[in-house]
Amino acid sequence: MSTTTSERTQAAPKARRNPKLMADGRRRSWFAIITMTVLAVLWTIPTIGLLITSFRPREDVAASGWWTMLNPFAGDKGLTLDNYRGVFEGASMGSAFINSIAIAVPATIIPIMFAAFAAYAFTFMNFPLKDLLFIVIVAVMVVPIQVAFVPMLNVLGPNGLGISGQFAAVWLLHTGFGMPLCIYVLRNYMNTLPVSVVESAKIDGCSHYQTFWKLVAPMAMPAMAAYATLQFLWVWNDLLIASLFLSPDNQTVIVRLAQLLGTQGQGQELLTAGAFVSMILPMLVFFGLQRFFVRGLTSGAVKG
Amino acid sequence: MSTQGTPPVAQDVPDEPDVDLTQTPTKDPQAKANMAGLAIGVVGMALTAWLAINLFLALAFYPQWFFHNKFLIGAIGAIAGVGAAYVLFYFLNKFIDSLPRRLSNGVIPYAFVLPGLGFIALVLIYPTVQTVNYSFANRDSTAYVGLDNYREIFASNEFWQSLLNNALWLLIVPAVTVILGVAVAVLADRLSATGEKVSKSFIFLPMAISFVGASAIWNLVYDWRPADQGQTGLLNAIWTGLGGTPQVWLQIDTARLNSILMMVILIWLQVGFAMILLSGAIKAVPEDTLEAARIDGANERQVFFKVVLPQIKGTIITVFITVLILVLKIFDIVFVLTNGRNTSNVIANLFYNELFARGEGGTASAIVVVLLVLVLPVLWYQVKTFREEQGQ
Repeated sequence: MSTTTSERTQAAPKARRNPKLMADGRRRSWFAIITMTVLAVLWTIPTIGLLITSFRPREDVAASGWWTMLNPFAGDKGLTLDNYRGVFEGASMGSAFINSIAIAVPATIIPIMFAAFAAYAFTFMNFPLKDLLFIVIVAVMVVPIQVAFVPMLNVLGPNGLGISGQFAAVWLLHTGFGMPLCIYVLRNYMNTLPVSVVESAKIDGCSHYQTFWKLVAPMAMPAMAAYATLQFLWVWNDLLIASLFLSPDNQTVIVRLAQLLGTQGQGQELLTAGAFVSMILPMLVFFGLQRFFVRGLTSGAVKG
Repeated sequence: MSTQGTPPVAQDVPDEPDVDLTQTPTKDPQAKANMAGLAIGVVGMALTAWLAINLFLALAFYPQWFFHNKFLIGAIGAIAGVGAAYVLFYFLNKFIDSLPRRLSNGVIPYAFVLPGLGFIALVLIYPTVQTVNYSFANRDSTAYVGLDNYREIFASNEFWQSLLNNALWLLIVPAVTVILGVAVAVLADRLSATGEKVSKSFIFLPMAISFVGASAIWNLVYDWRPADQGQTGLLNAIWTGLGGTPQVWLQIDTARLNSILMMVILIWLQVGFAMILLSGAIKAVPEDTLEAARIDGANERQVFFKVVLPQIKGTIITVFITVLILVLKIFDIVFVLTNGRNTSNVIANLFYNELFARGEGGTASAIVVVLLVLVLPVLWYQVKTFREEQGQ
């Protein structure tokens, strides 16, 4: 480091020494630090309570609050895996977990495939009725999904296709319900891509189909990953569609959990472990794809 | 099959010489239809659709063919769904490529758009029309009953209670979520990079939790035990610690306390989402506008309200409307925790019970139509802002 340039670069080492400034030279705000710490703790306490309770024996759970575990002088400190064992053996949570995966994965990927083509057309092509069709999509995003249930129970039920109760029915519904937002998010993202790239591909003789696969789909990956996260969480966490359109054999984790919550008394100790089991996978997906999720949502995906 | 392709070719024949002469006369081998390509495209699409539909029906009807293995069925569903979409678009492209050039340019946008729109039409648009239709019919939609369903729900006290509760949810949840979201985003922005990342993670962790899971978590917070026993619920523990007697929180409808306690759960879930979007918007505010305001002598409060807030207004509205739509349909939390008891019912839960517990398709449809009418202003606003943005 030469002495002439050191005047500017010195700002950084100095900041580290000065407790009032942060590494990047901004003022350290104690108000922000304390408030955010308090909020982070407040936001996490309920989940911590569930986690601790899920490892406590049934008698302890009934006798005292989970916070007694934090007190080093309290008497009963038993921790057990019995609740988790009970969840996978007795409450048929294991098969429900597999059902949830079997439902969520296709219902996440299929809509993105169809929506990406539609979003490409809405972004890079001009055709009659384009604006009208897109306005229909914007409008339909707001329509409550409850409108679909009575008619779709007829269409998919025994008097119609007869697939109600099976995975295929739920895949179809989630694909349709997710489609408007997916097209919208992907189109907004594709709008931020340089048009010149697509045009030069056209001049090079690429068809739209080739341009889509070779250029636009790879470039739109962040938005697709962002939407995939959202759709996966949505499908995995859904209670309404799953409880109306799935037979008891095919029930998801969330439906089982709702049933456990409904039954007071018996099986209460399984509830906390079951709740935690239902949260593990979506949390892994969420934090795994968080980078894409934040970027996809904040850069053009949802524009104000 | 090929007969379907012939009429357009015949129509295009008179125009072709012009095109060939004025534009690149030697190139453009596809001025005419490629009959073989058309046939392959149509047969391929039909075959793919037929195979895919039958495979999906087989997955539903004959699970024994797949050894009742849920993983296998799910994997086949995912691969077949995406694979069928891929192959379908491939043949569709083949078909369109084989059309005369001028025709194919006109058709290809619709080929890309219509499969996606088909799902929307099947699952959202057709049912909307049909639900309005069913709302004038009897419980199993076999005969029309005029306005009876509407008369029934409007005469029901439960319906008006639910509507009032929905109004409360709408007034409180979106506003509180946005305010907290802005506050958290602004404060997090003042932390060091690591501090910001960590504290944000804690706040948006609940985003991954289902409404049902969140209800289980908060059920533990609102838990109640008789006064002579140790309290296991956090809220009652604090309450008794302060000298109160234990309360069954979710049964207290004074000042709609039970509804408000359930709103807390939704806010807890949604602030993270609001924070992500708002934080992005705040970081996108150009630094020089802030500097200019500071040089002009504005204090931090003025900088925020006069400079930052107007620039993130768009995002605030987006977040507000997203939460608003969510709240309008709020169901899971109420269904799981109170199922509408103690005047805590909401429209979506009323609908569910009408349809599922009582099997009243007609009144259930009428309730949804009311929900649809409530959504219309938001829908109108969304379309209006979208058109304004496009106009720019």
